[in-house]
Amino acid sequence: MGLDTDKPYGDSTLAVHGGEAHQKAQNSITDPVVMASTYTFSDTQAVIDYIEQKQARGEYGRYGNPNESVVEKKLAQLEGGQDAIVYASGMAAIVGVVMAKLSAGDEVVFFDECYHRSREFCAKHMSRFGVVTRQVEACNYEAMEAAINKNTKLLVSESPTNPHLSVVDMERFAAIGKRHNVETLIDATLATPYNCRPLEFGVDYVLHSATKYLAGHNDLLAGVIIGNTEKLEDIRYLRGILGSINSAHNCYLLQRGLKTFDVRMERHNHNGQSIAEFLEAHPRVEKVYYPGLASHRYHDIAKAQMRGFGSLITFELRDADWRATADVVDRCRIPKIGPSLGGVESLIEQPMVMSYYELPAEERASYGIRDNMVRMAVGIENTQDLIDDLKQALEGTAS
Amino acid sequence: MKFRTKAIHIGNQRCRLTGAVVPPIHLASTYVQESPGVWGDYDYSRSGNPTRDNMETTLAALENGVDALAFSSGMAATHCVTMMLNAGDHIVAGTDIYGGTYRLLHKISNRAGITVTLADAGNPENLQAAIQPNTKLIWIESPGNPLLSITDISLCAEIAADAGILIGIDNTFATPVLTRPLDLGIDIVMHSATKYLGGHSDALGGALVVKDTELREQLYFIQNATGNCMSPLDSFLISRGMKTLDLRVKAQSESALAIAEFLEADPRVSRVLYPGLPSFEGHQLAKQQMHGGFGAMLSFELAGDFEKANRVTASTKLFQLAVSLGAVESLIEQPASMSHASYDRDDRLAHGIKDELIRLSVGLEDPTDLIADLDQALNG
Ligand SMILES: Cc1ncc(COP(=O)(O)O)c(C=O)c1O
Ligand SMILES: Cc1ncc(COP(=O)(O)O)c(C=O)c1O
Repeated sequence: MGLDTDKPYGDSTLAVHGGEAHQKAQNSITDPVVMASTYTFSDTQAVIDYIEQKQARGEYGRYGNPNESVVEKKLAQLEGGQDAIVYASGMAAIVGVVMAKLSAGDEVVFFDECYHRSREFCAKHMSRFGVVTRQVEACNYEAMEAAINKNTKLLVSESPTNPHLSVVDMERFAAIGKRHNVETLIDATLATPYNCRPLEFGVDYVLHSATKYLAGHNDLLAGVIIGNTEKLEDIRYLRGILGSINSAHNCYLLQRGLKTFDVRMERHNHNGQSIAEFLEAHPRVEKVYYPGLASHRYHDIAKAQMRGFGSLITFELRDADWRATADVVDRCRIPKIGPSLGGVESLIEQPMVMSYYELPAEERASYGIRDNMVRMAVGIENTQDLIDDLKQALEGTAS
Repeated sequence: MKFRTKAIHIGNQRCRLTGAVVPPIHLASTYVQESPGVWGDYDYSRSGNPTRDNMETTLAALENGVDALAFSSGMAATHCVTMMLNAGDHIVAGTDIYGGTYRLLHKISNRAGITVTLADAGNPENLQAAIQPNTKLIWIESPGNPLLSITDISLCAEIAADAGILIGIDNTFATPVLTRPLDLGIDIVMHSATKYLGGHSDALGGALVVKDTELREQLYFIQNATGNCMSPLDSFLISRGMKTLDLRVKAQSESALAIAEFLEADPRVSRVLYPGLPSFEGHQLAKQQMHGGFGAMLSFELAGDFEKANRVTASTKLFQLAVSLGAVESLIEQPASMSHASYDRDDRLAHGIKDELIRLSVGLEDPTDLIADLDQALNG
């Protein structure tokens, strides 16, 4: 029978069924993984029909794959967008958008807490093609507006940001774009559509490192860009040329990961909030960055536009130098030390060591990266187990 | 360490070689050795494979066992247990068991000179009464399939222990999230890992979990000799599935309860079989034996005939018409013509499996959507 296309199904129903054909090849309940690099035609007329766009079908793997298109449809539905384009990684998605939308002489404005590699790509590489990148202080809307000129084509931010968890006021951000006729993009990797849907606030593009919560199991890399079909058309076309597609196998695993998206996010939110509260109350912790805490700088806006606050938490230890901080990280038994976030297993890291080790102290400080800072990507383990583990790590009480 | 933490971390240690947070999938069929006769951890993948080992280690931790053995299907796992028996031995099994198990016992094991008596395990005295001097194995399932009957696991384990007989349970429906039979005295826990453990309808597998190392050696000997092992890719997918097992089973059980309550209150339905309903015969026992939910399987009978049941199963939209169970997608089926067609019809009727019985496997969709779907289908 299949889903009613006009019925407003619940999120978990869309996570399981969204974007999928009800009756699949061979009546199989799951989509087969189509490994083919190319697609064959029965005869010349079929080729001509395809070229004349009388028939929607596969041609060659770089232009599309059935596993890719099913997961794209599911992602679009979960985000409330018309269309989605999946990439080999989150970075490939960012590159895909800026390469498609910006030409020599154009300008892009970033909030400066946006994922550093995205800013780096624009500042260091798009500049070689004559694109100008401007960066303004995160959540400073006046500064962003002031940075816009007649060449500006794109405004970019992440929300919440990493590692400071600053939350952008989506409505204000989108409104600036509209006022100046400039397109807006939000990297919503940390929020996910479970917690916030930027398109509903008028943002033009939503981007995710699907490697994180969307795939959810730390076992694949993927990126996605979601928005109106019309706006995505040239981006998709360019992906076909650049070849930054994902594999059929990864698309399948991403689709599989999305089936539990709703329950995983509910648990990530719960663990995130519980652990942030535990940390805030702990005497060895000086400061906690988590949008779900009333003490957070952006708590009010986060509360207004987010359903939950995810599970990335940054905290600073009281009276601890970098080594004492590292000792706490090393004492943790459940979270593994590593970058990335959004998977079922908890990860922990010290940004000063993991991402900024080679920078001079002053430069680190200018990015707000302190030596006593720890970032934890909380998984979906038992909440009490994680709290007990953090407690012994902070207190150095375990034998 | 608590359940959900174990599911994610035990058997998923970071790769020592690369640091990879998810262990690599070892597709290798064989392993290169240092020198002749000096064996490394692995020699040949039928005998042992790192990816399969990881899956087994996780499951053993979840069931509180010492080890698990992973098979190519649930039936292969059950078959391995029956291969411990010899000609002339006897098996006592519950009546409310999976159709394929019925078929294995009555149409395969009998060829090896093994006899079977089915007894309604809802009352363990029946099992006791069916024991013969040559009984070597008691096999139960709880909740049963398709009538969801609840068996008193501890009591059955006691009966078996007193008689010195091995007892195994098919724990597919309850999953270790809700019931851990080894803690209740059971010797062998069996799973169709195809179901909740994998949870995404995309891998076939079976498993046996034990708490006794000697029993493990005996079963392992048979598995290695007969070769029904789980493939590395399926092992990976089932391991991945187990990471969300707790969340899935609890959420799906909650939805199943809501659906059972809806059906019970509906005049178009004459009877609902669900352990979570106070009206259900085994409800009190289920409350003691199952923790955190009553499972996500339920059956019901319509106020109507076989034809009506056909129309209902054909007109659901979210519930897809298919056998199997335990995955994120909700399924609907008719045991008489589908999951239990391998029973002889007379046996089926004798055990209360009516032709108009409908069985649901409640998935992870929004329960409001699922209830709306059943509501429209019941008008069919
Ligand atoms: C917020 C954010 N955006 C983008 C990326 C890049 O995504 P990927 O690693 O999938 O290329 C990451 C992570 O690396 C991220 O955390
Ligand atoms: C309760 C139960 N036990 C055993 C099996 C057999 O498992 P498999 O199909 O994996 O061989 C099934 C399902 O088919 C089942 O539902």
